[in-house]
Order: sequence, then C-alpha cells, then structure tokens
Amino acid sequence: MRLSDPTVKASSPSPKQTHRSSFVERTLVDINHTLEQTLFAERTAREPGLLQQLDPRLKILSALLVLLAVGLSRNLFVILVLYFLVLVLAIFSGIPLAFFVKRVWLFIPFFTGLVALPALFITPGAVLVHLPLGLVITRTGLATALFLLLRVGTSVSVAVLLVLTTPWNSVLKALGVLHVPAVIILILGMTFRYIHLLLHLTNDMFLSRKSRLLRRMSRSEEQQLIAATSGTLLNKSLQVSSDVYLSMQSRGFRNYPRTMDTFKMRTIDWLSGTLVAITVTAAIWLGK
Amino acid sequence: MSQIRTALKFLTRATPRSLMLYYGVLAIWLLTTAMHIPDGYLSPVTSIIMFIIVLPFWGIGVRKLREKTTSRNVPLIALIAAFSFVIMMFNIPLPGGTTAHAVGGALAAIVMGPEIATMAVSIALVIQAFFFGDGGILALGANCFNMAVVLPYVSYAIYQAFSKNQPTISKRRIAGAALGGWAGLTVAAFFAGFEFGIQPMLFHMANGTPLYAPYSLSISIPAMVIPHALAASVVEGLVTALVVVNLQRANLSALEFDRKAKISPEFSGFTKWRALWIGLAVMIVLVPVGLLAPGTAWGEWGTQQLSRLGFAFIPEGMAKLSGLWSAPLPGYNLPALKNANLGYLFSGITGTIVIGIVVWLFTLLVTVRKSQSNEVK
Repeated sequence: MRLSDPTVKASSPSPKQTHRSSFVERTLVDINHTLEQTLFAERTAREPGLLQQLDPRLKILSALLVLLAVGLSRNLFVILVLYFLVLVLAIFSGIPLAFFVKRVWLFIPFFTGLVALPALFITPGAVLVHLPLGLVITRTGLATALFLLLRVGTSVSVAVLLVLTTPWNSVLKALGVLHVPAVIILILGMTFRYIHLLLHLTNDMFLSRKSRLLRRMSRSEEQQLIAATSGTLLNKSLQVSSDVYLSMQSRGFRNYPRTMDTFKMRTIDWLSGTLVAITVTAAIWLGK
Repeated sequence: MSQIRTALKFLTRATPRSLMLYYGVLAIWLLTTAMHIPDGYLSPVTSIIMFIIVLPFWGIGVRKLREKTTSRNVPLIALIAAFSFVIMMFNIPLPGGTTAHAVGGALAAIVMGPEIATMAVSIALVIQAFFFGDGGILALGANCFNMAVVLPYVSYAIYQAFSKNQPTISKRRIAGAALGGWAGLTVAAFFAGFEFGIQPMLFHMANGTPLYAPYSLSISIPAMVIPHALAASVVEGLVTALVVVNLQRANLSALEFDRKAKISPEFSGFTKWRALWIGLAVMIVLVPVGLLAPGTAWGEWGTQQLSRLGFAFIPEGMAKLSGLWSAPLPGYNLPALKNANLGYLFSGITGTIVIGIVVWLFTLLVTVRKSQSNEVK
C-alpha cells in the first residue's frame, strides 16, 4: 500500500522486468523509491507557497480536524467539497496538481477500489442498475463504496499534503502541541534519520550481492540472504545505537532532551486557523 | 437436449456467483495488505477507542524508557524502530510466486522485550502514517494496537514459553521464534478483521448503508485471518526464526540483551503460569486451523450469532452472504445441523481465545506494575 510516485517510476525498471526480477531487485527498487520520495517531499516543503509559510503546529491540528470532519461526515457531498478544498490548497502551495492527484488516486483504485467493489453487489437495498449475468448494483451498495473511496482518498490527500508542505523536522517538533512527550519526539527524529542510514546500508548490501550474481538465486539462497541481511542489519542497529549513545553523552546529553521552541503564530496563522475552524465546524454540522 | 438445457441453466446460475467469488477472493487478497488500516475504514469513534486501548501500553513503554534504562535506550529504540521500518520493505518470496513483507514486531519483542517493542513498532508506524501515507493518521491507534501491541506480546509469550530455561543456542528458541512470529501476526490480523467487521453493525445510515468498512464479521475476519495465516504471518515467522538463527551464530549477546536489561523473567507471570501460557499458545495456534477447516460454516456462524444478539437487520443481508460463501461447494454441502454445530464449536473457541487474550493482557498490565514497584523497593 505504499504510495506510488510517478517521478520515481520512470527511473525504475519497467513492470515486465520487475515481474520476473528477484527478491533482491524488488527490494532495491522499493528502497530507492522510498529514498527519492522523502527527498522529493523535503524539496517541495522548502519551496515558497501558501501552506509552506504557515505554522507547523497549526497545520498538524488543522489536518487532524479535517480528517475528523471527513471521518464523521454522513454526506458524500461534504466529503467531496472537502476534497476540492484540499486540491485548491495544493495548487496554492505550488504542488503540481497532476502529480498530487495521481499520487493519491493511482493506488487507491488498486486497493480500496477493489475492496469496495464487491460491496456494490452484495449490500442489500433498492436496486439501482441491472447488469447482465444477474448482477445487481444496489443504491446502498453504491453509496457505501463511494463513502469508502472518497473517505480514503480525501484522508490520504490530507496526509500527503501535510508532508509535502512541511519539513519533517518541523512536523516532529510540532507534535509537541499534541502533548507527545519530548523523548518520543526525539526518538521519532532519530528514527527518521537512521531509517536513511539503514536504507543506504541495505542498499549497499544488496547491490554488492547483486553485482556478484551471474544467475538467479534459488529460494533457499534467497532465504539465506534475507536472514544474513536482516541479522547484520539488526547487529549494526544495536552497535550504532551504542555508538550514538556514547557520542550523545560526550556532547553533554543529560537523559532528557531540551528543544528550542522557535514557532511563532503570526497574523496569517491566526487568520487561516480561524478559517479552518469555520470550515471544519460547517463540514461537521452539514455532514451530520 | 435436456442435458444441454440443464447445463446452460447451471451456467447462468453459476456465473454471477463465480464472478462474486472472484471478486471476493480478490478483495481478500488485497485485504492482506490492509494490515496498515487507512483512514476511512474505521469510524472516528472506533479510532478514538483504539487510541484509549493503546494508551496504557504506550504509558508503560515511556515509563520503562524513562526510569529503567538510563538514556542508552533513546538511540536503541530509534535504531530498532528504523530497523523495523526497513524490514517492512523486504519483499520476501513465498511459494507460488507471491511476496509478502514482515513487520519485525516479533523480532523486536524477542530482542528487546514486548514493552520496548511496542514503542519501536509504534514509532515506525507513526513515521509510515505521517510520511508515507501508509496507514491512516486517525487509524494510528488501531494500527498500533494490532501491530505494536498484539503482535509483540503474543509473539513474546510464545517465544518465552518455548525458550524458558533453555540455553541461548537452543533449537527450541528457533521454533519458538517461528511460531511466535506466525501466531503473533495471525492474532493481530484477527483483531484487524474484528475492527473492520464491527463497522457495518454499529455505523450505518437509516436505510442500512454502511458508512465505513462495509463487510460484516463473517466476511472480514476470515478475509483478514486466512490470507495472513498463509502468507504474511508465515513471512513474519520465517524472518524471526532466520534472524534468531543468525544471531545465535553471529551475536549471542543480542539474544541475552532482554535478560541483561533486568526485565525479570517472572514479569509477566510466565514461570508461575507456564502451563497456562503454553495452553493459550496452543489454542492460538488452533484458531486459524479451525478457520480453515469448517470452510462453509462461515455464513451460518455469523447469522446465528448475530440474530441471537438481536441485530434484526443483519439476517437478510447475511442470508445473501452465506449463500455467496457456500456457493463454491454445493456438492460438499454439510447437513444443516452438522454445519451449525461446527459454527457453534468454532465461535466458542474464538470467544474463549479473545477473552483469554484480554485477560492475559490485563494480568500483564498488573504484573508489570508490580514488578516495577518491587524494583523501586
């Protein structure tokens, strides 16, 4: 269920090749995919735009409120309007619309769409359309499938928009506003950093193995490779963690993190906060 | 001529059902990847309740981080969470040409203990939800409960039951790791299916239109449990066991880390109640077996259970559904009574196990508090 990124797809092997490729190649493609996706998000988050200039705390709270409104709505139209508002925000934040829409909806038909499809036929209710082969689409079936699709699509759009317009470090720091303990935020930040380190490590391990391969590996060889790579990765993680601890201590870490709170709410933040509050209240009230 | 006519009749009657079956199977297959529940599948109320259920486990994890462990654990958890994240990217080949990925929660629990594994996997899930759109943000509570609480605690219980008083290089530890990983993720899938399945019962519009995940328990639980038991859980068990083998060869101290960290072995009552835990483990293992065995009993079980609970609107829908699910095996139709008995037996087992797990989690909560207060003394 990972989001597909069309910009990365171009550089990865064609689907036909990946279909026949080995476990190593598929994992390599996945790793590169993830790395490029994070790089792309960091880039758009630093470009000038409407959402980029807002306070991250406000953006997190607003995103949560919008998600809540989308979740609570019992009216399809309300969810649709919220989705279009998200699209408008994306445009004003300088995110290419085609990319944004594709990134969300390219994978939803593959996943939620197919999950929702049987519901069209098996939900009892008034008949809407008779199909050949005795299949019947019911009104309730159509409604429930649309609810699922729209809700998932809009929710994913909100999360993607938040990350595309906010640098990861700011997202983390802003989590403090939700009373997430500072230790956890520190760990989240370190995790994100070391995900990159471990991804690069794994990339190197697999690449070095792949460059020595002349034929396809047998299943037992692949399993051995998985075990060795995972084991090495775990050992490296444990070792790096104690190194990092020593280096943190030598730099004066005293068991609890201190962060500098540099966020400031400006007029534009208060203004947009009010707008979000009004929109969400209206959406919840109308969607009752 | 009449034979042709009956054949035609059979075909016209069979096609829509087979089409439905096709989509049913497809949906089931796709649901295997739904372990990361996206927003929109669960109602906000369910999401909030799941947060409340997970909160004490996070509390235990944070407290453990703060008091027991000096600050050494900060980078440790970060690295283990990063490890779990990277492990979720390994596409592991399975017989039949499919691939699945492991969560790494069982491994984290074996190496670091379940409380810390809860923190590590939760952190990996938070990063996935916020940054990669993998799993919803409101649904984080549910996802963390399934993958960061149920998975590590169940795996750890089984691993402990197998490896108690065994040397670090014992083969039984490998078996415990494999079984723990497999059962842990399968039980987690059961809970995910349960969370999906209660949605149409509780949240629907006046005319019965389900507002969130549209499938009832009789579809959602087998749809989650069966494919997981056959694919993703196998991978989780495989990866856990293979890495334990690797650690036994390459880094023995990693497997002893849990003990060194002064988490006393009786912290979750494993020594006192060993027989009970083993029994529980066996029962957990039996769940999916039971799921696979009765096959056609599914629709039956759901309708009976629910109509007894008094959900009047369910039976009409379910009658259709049970038709759908028994359709593929018309020749194997069991007599109604036998079928119902199987359904009864099965729901009984499931109920016992769910209650057992809940009770166990509570004893775990209580004993953890106790052992912590002992440490303070």
